[in-house]
Amino acid sequence: MPLSSDTSEHLDWLESEAIHVIREAEAQFDNPVLMFSGGKDSLTMVYLARKAFYPGKVPFPILHVDTGHNFPETIEFRDNLMEEHDLDLIVGSVEETIKSGRAKEEQGPDASRNKLQIVTLLDTIEEHGFDVALGGARRDEEKARAKERFFSHRDRFGNWDPKNQRPELWNLYNGRSKPGEHFRAFPLSNWTELDVWQYIQQEDLEIPSLYLAHERTMFERDGVLLPKSPYNELREDEEYVEKMVRFRTIGDMTCTGAVESTATTLDEVIAEVATTQQAERSARADDKRAEAAMEDRKREGYF
Amino acid sequence: MDVLRFTTAGSVDDGKSTLIGRLFYDTKQIFENKLEEIKRNTHRDDDEMELALLTDGLKAEREQGITIDVAYRYFSTPNRKFIIADTPGHEQYTRNMVTGASTAELAVELIDARNGVIEQTQRHAFIASLLQIPYMIVAVNKMDLVDYSEERFREIVEQFQSFSDNLDINDITFIPISALKGDNVVNQSDNMPWYNGPTLLHRLENVRPEADRNQVDFRFPVQHVIRPHQDFRGFAGQVASGKIRPGEEVVVLPSKRTSHVESITTLDGEVEEAGPEDSIVISLTDEIDVSRGSMIVRSRNRPEVTRQLDADLCWMNEEKMRTDRPYIIQHTTRRTQANVSKVVYRTNVDTFHREEADTFELNDIGRVELETADPLFIDPYKINRSTGNFILIDPDTNDTVAAGMIRGVAEDVAPFGQEEEVTDEERETSPNVVWEGLNVPREDREKKNGHKSAVVWLTGLSGSGKSTIAKEVEKRLFDRDVQTMMLDGDNVRHGLCGDLGFSPNDRKENIRRVGETARLFFEQGNVTFCSFISPYQEDRDRIRELLPDGRFFEVHVDCPLEVCKERDTKGLYKKAEQGEIANFTGVTAPYEAPGNPELVVDTDQNDVETCVNRIIETLEDEGIV
Repeated sequence: MPLSSDTSEHLDWLESEAIHVIREAEAQFDNPVLMFSGGKDSLTMVYLARKAFYPGKVPFPILHVDTGHNFPETIEFRDNLMEEHDLDLIVGSVEETIKSGRAKEEQGPDASRNKLQIVTLLDTIEEHGFDVALGGARRDEEKARAKERFFSHRDRFGNWDPKNQRPELWNLYNGRSKPGEHFRAFPLSNWTELDVWQYIQQEDLEIPSLYLAHERTMFERDGVLLPKSPYNELREDEEYVEKMVRFRTIGDMTCTGAVESTATTLDEVIAEVATTQQAERSARADDKRAEAAMEDRKREGYF
Repeated sequence: MDVLRFTTAGSVDDGKSTLIGRLFYDTKQIFENKLEEIKRNTHRDDDEMELALLTDGLKAEREQGITIDVAYRYFSTPNRKFIIADTPGHEQYTRNMVTGASTAELAVELIDARNGVIEQTQRHAFIASLLQIPYMIVAVNKMDLVDYSEERFREIVEQFQSFSDNLDINDITFIPISALKGDNVVNQSDNMPWYNGPTLLHRLENVRPEADRNQVDFRFPVQHVIRPHQDFRGFAGQVASGKIRPGEEVVVLPSKRTSHVESITTLDGEVEEAGPEDSIVISLTDEIDVSRGSMIVRSRNRPEVTRQLDADLCWMNEEKMRTDRPYIIQHTTRRTQANVSKVVYRTNVDTFHREEADTFELNDIGRVELETADPLFIDPYKINRSTGNFILIDPDTNDTVAAGMIRGVAEDVAPFGQEEEVTDEERETSPNVVWEGLNVPREDREKKNGHKSAVVWLTGLSGSGKSTIAKEVEKRLFDRDVQTMMLDGDNVRHGLCGDLGFSPNDRKENIRRVGETARLFFEQGNVTFCSFISPYQEDRDRIRELLPDGRFFEVHVDCPLEVCKERDTKGLYKKAEQGEIANFTGVTAPYEAPGNPELVVDTDQNDVETCVNRIIETLEDEGIV
């Protein structure tokens, strides 16, 4: 992908569209919440929400589903961000979900709490009565997301039915819902990974250190470079190696792979993203399980 | 870098997915791991990669081998970010096509060179026209399968133009391509030396969609009221059209209370001007009632405030439309109840014929009248795509059931079947309007001016020199203290006739409006110069009839077509000959030379000075100046 020219009309356009969608979600629903993962998309979302309601305060809470397997850097970044901008944080705990018996931990060396997040997420949404959850998902991330709406309708069980979505025309979003149903809203739908990075640079946003290249103890599994952590067990044929790496997405330590990189500044990251030959989610072990993995998880309520 | 949103349409086997795959591949947007996946899944016998696999979406669709919903794709070049609404060609999915077209600034229509124009092609073009997509590219695909034949290409262009003349699409470019082989998609083809026009990507990179956005009529639908503390009350929203600056006088609808813009606020600071699609917060100098659904506009430029809509409607739901119960209408940030009070007609999207109907079913398109519970603040969709659109929502299921394009306020819409029968005489004047004598008679104005008023109508081919001559004559007369006015395409096409295209009907209407405008200037005592190609004798004669004898001067600015082509000052002939401009006078549309003009000036044989002198002499001889 070529590097862009100097002007950034496209970023202004994307920003304005996203703010419009965020304000529509706030206006059309009684009880919105903003989903936060600690990644670049969700920190961009937090920033856009602040812009949408400035000089007022962000009028809804931020929800983080904590798997208990997060990078410590993620948690630290999250807490600083909340404090700095006076945001209300709600944490949904997968640990608690498991303890309560609502979900069962996967076993074995590939065990991941990724799927369990769905249960915790839906439980938290129900507990607080949220009727719309705003997320930073983008259509360019993955094939199944190319058809996602800005306002995505979920049934009472949080399921997404790709064949039964409301047509979305012009910039009119229909968020009317029945009791018990809820919506997901995706203001960054039209952004690409490069757009997000360019926007972060243009607006000079702070990013978690995991996105920049650093020395880390890693091991390789099925072609994916995973970090050493208390939650990953080595298999017999695997070994730890010191690598200069950065992460392109931020999820659990159990399944978020890194890429080898020397990009220690945002400029270098953007240059790397602009010329990269590997799709963004390719380092996510959870996507490799089946060709249509994402679509299956989306149907069940995954973000 | 800016953004262009376009939609792609074509029928199932026209190679739409392959085309998108080709665009991605040749602009190097495809990631390595995706390429591997494609190679793994390609089951073709030849060496071509199955580019279509890049874009196919959901599992069920892959199994059926067709795309069945709108999918959005992204790619960019160094100059532009592109958002593609990839819509299916399958017959029953008019709904999805309308959805994709609603946000598109350009439509790519694919035609299989072997099959030519089919019913679905017409349907797509009709939808593009209905949804007012400003630009269209007709890509004649699979040229490799017809031996890259120029003759075949020309044939299809003609087929297309034979029906597109009846539609409202201003800018159509025809491009012969092979998506599979890569001809004329990103790279110029060596297989079609007879084609000198742009490649598909070149055209996509060079159209100017912002030119079609409404920059004039400021409309600001309020989304949300922001009140962080007692001292600040701001109204958040996205500018639908037009521009605004602090200090300007505005009026708030529906209360009609007047105020001034105090500031335009963003997190980045206060801004000096906001324009179309900017998300901003406006604060006003006065405490007046504003809430979600209000609209802030300039006090001297207001939308229609009405509860009666005349609109085109596309029905998008399995359950048919009902006229005996209300729906919810969503228009900008406003929601209220709406009843379909009348079905005017249904349009057969394959033949464009109007059919009688009492309801609409899934994928039906037609014209209706609606009555709303609360007033809406509307503009015709043709003039303002943002404030001219709406959706209908079923209050029981909450489904979005229809998309609407507003024509205007519903009043005296002729019932079905009568519309076509209006005679020319009836159309000429509005009912109930009597041409009253002017307060100050023209004769008095003429006396004061010291000359008579007249309309000088210059007609001729593009490039014949009409405007050059008219401007010079005007300047000379102005210097002699003659009251003058000049009307030409440049000053009427943007405003007065901004809603018109170049189809024969629109051209007729364009000339009619110019004639009426010239008549007003005439009554005001001016010598008015009208410089228009105005190819039809009938249209020019109508204007002659508006004016007293001896006051209308038809001037034929005569120049052989070959010379005009050679001059081609605006590069238009070249484009027309490459099929980029439809209905171009002298190339693809006729020019009827005046049978009995007041004057003929030959710009091939004479210089400008001579022609100018001849016109002034004629006006002097006839006692005008």
